[in-house]
Amino acid sequence: MSTVSTVLRRDSAGARDAAGPGGTRAPRRRRPVRAGRLTPYLLLAPALVLFAIVILIPVVKAVQVSLYEWSPIPGADNTFVGADNYLKAFGDHEFGRDVVNATVYMLVTVPGQIVVGLAVALLLYSRLPGRTLFRVLFYLPVVTSWVVVSLLFRYLFSDEGALNWFLVDVLGVADHPVGWLGSRWTAMVALCTLGIWKGIGWTAVILLAGLQGVPVEHQEAAAVDGAGYLRRVWHVVLPALRRSLLFVTVLLGIGGFQAFIQVLLLTQGGPAGETEMPLTYLYRQAFDYLDFGYGSALAVLMTVVVLAVSVAQTLVFNRLDRGAA
Amino acid sequence: MTMETRRLRRTRYTARLLALTFGAVVLILPFAYMVSTSFKPNILAFDWPPRLIPDHPTLDNYVQAWTANNFGRYFLNSALVACSTTVLTVLGAALAAYAFARFTFPGRTLLFWTMMLGLMVPGVVILIPQFLVAHTLGLTDSLSGLVFFYVGGGVAFNTFLLRGFFERIPGELDESMRIDGAGTMRRFAALYLPMSRPALATSAIFAFLGAWDEYSWAMTVINDPAKNTLPLAIAQFQGAHSTSWGLVFAASLIGMAPVILIYVLGQRHFISGLTSGALKS
Repeated sequence: MSTVSTVLRRDSAGARDAAGPGGTRAPRRRRPVRAGRLTPYLLLAPALVLFAIVILIPVVKAVQVSLYEWSPIPGADNTFVGADNYLKAFGDHEFGRDVVNATVYMLVTVPGQIVVGLAVALLLYSRLPGRTLFRVLFYLPVVTSWVVVSLLFRYLFSDEGALNWFLVDVLGVADHPVGWLGSRWTAMVALCTLGIWKGIGWTAVILLAGLQGVPVEHQEAAAVDGAGYLRRVWHVVLPALRRSLLFVTVLLGIGGFQAFIQVLLLTQGGPAGETEMPLTYLYRQAFDYLDFGYGSALAVLMTVVVLAVSVAQTLVFNRLDRGAA
Repeated sequence: MTMETRRLRRTRYTARLLALTFGAVVLILPFAYMVSTSFKPNILAFDWPPRLIPDHPTLDNYVQAWTANNFGRYFLNSALVACSTTVLTVLGAALAAYAFARFTFPGRTLLFWTMMLGLMVPGVVILIPQFLVAHTLGLTDSLSGLVFFYVGGGVAFNTFLLRGFFERIPGELDESMRIDGAGTMRRFAALYLPMSRPALATSAIFAFLGAWDEYSWAMTVINDPAKNTLPLAIAQFQGAHSTSWGLVFAASLIGMAPVILIYVLGQRHFISGLTSGALKS
């Protein structure tokens, strides 16, 4: 169980003690209290108003704007164009290239983060000296802002950067410095490396919490049966981790498809727009070319894809679930 | 236990420790190099071979970042925005969570699930319409406009987090206070808030860090350089002084200091907030 609920249980137990004998004698009534009719609405008002303005209205507005030729310039006519913006998207080769980029990014970084994150979680699972220190260190890239880590990797991957020095002078695998950010796929290597490096700590922490729910008896039974470590992980630990793995896969997948800041700051979409991703592309459509209608149509398409991907991942995992049972 | 198994155990233990140490070093190396560059004079930012310990360490980059580039102003802007966002998000979410956890009223389920659906909307995707809304309301290019949007964006998640906590506060306590004549707000302030301190801390940490590091929205709505927040300033540093990596990293490290401090001090709340979402699903 989570730390939150342990804390909770401890707290509510404490509360009952604090209530004293009078508190315990009172009939247990969990039924919510009826107060003045308006009270709950007044309590909700600030949160709901803000939520409506910042999230709800923009969601509706995105769909509306996507059906128009929409310009933010004051006085400009916004003409209704129906599905035109959507049709345009399907013939847009640049957008197609960006979808490919995002898909590659997702297919590399999601498994990468899970494999390394799982290894770290398994290593951290049992007692070790300095376990907390390790956890803090592995988590450092996660708490550092995307802005800072993207700039840091731009520096490391630059032509005279430390990575090139390591490859040329230390390992000797390259005889001259690689121009990482100078071509599409090497720049994608830089983006993917950053993506994996930044996400390992998060993945490990979530999987570690999941591991705490794996029944120890199962592991011990398997050990007694003489199963090797890797077989034990494969047959006992991984099946028990299904839920955590699903959660991590879905969230990392969604996040990967939405790569934004790292593209803006690490490769700047370059060279020549070849590492643009769907979000940076639609952002430019709106804020560089002031085509808000097209940008919104792309945004709506992205949302649909993201939701579809997460539903698909859930279905696949459910099938695996049934297969395992 | 035989000698052999004990030796085997010790070998495995050492292997694990070595693997972890190796992983940690690889993960931390980029940071170490960033710190090192921030203490180097600029001409040595690309020295070959790179030196992790600079020969002539200097504080120039820090001094220059702080004094010559208006950095104090940006730091203050970020601090103002992040602190206001934290207070308003936690307060708004706590009030809403209280309503959802302890009152019955028509529309309760509908309203709650509407907020939860809002959590699934991918962030940057609604940036364009958010900009149109902010423009209509006159909330662009201002720090209070930033706070408004940060609070609106974070309030749903924190309501969800706090509602779970409030629901588990025993109803008998609420009732006995009510019998003693305590009104709605008095029970909120004297019972619900003090008893949920761990959850409130988690909420506050996430709200603060979210606002402190936010880049995409601020980049979209802030034009006036005097209203830059730290992430904007750091990113512009890189653009404006494209070779001054020492300066960029000095600025970055100054911006990271509060984050690391909060992370190390609030580690327990941090991890618990993170995993509670995972285990609920």
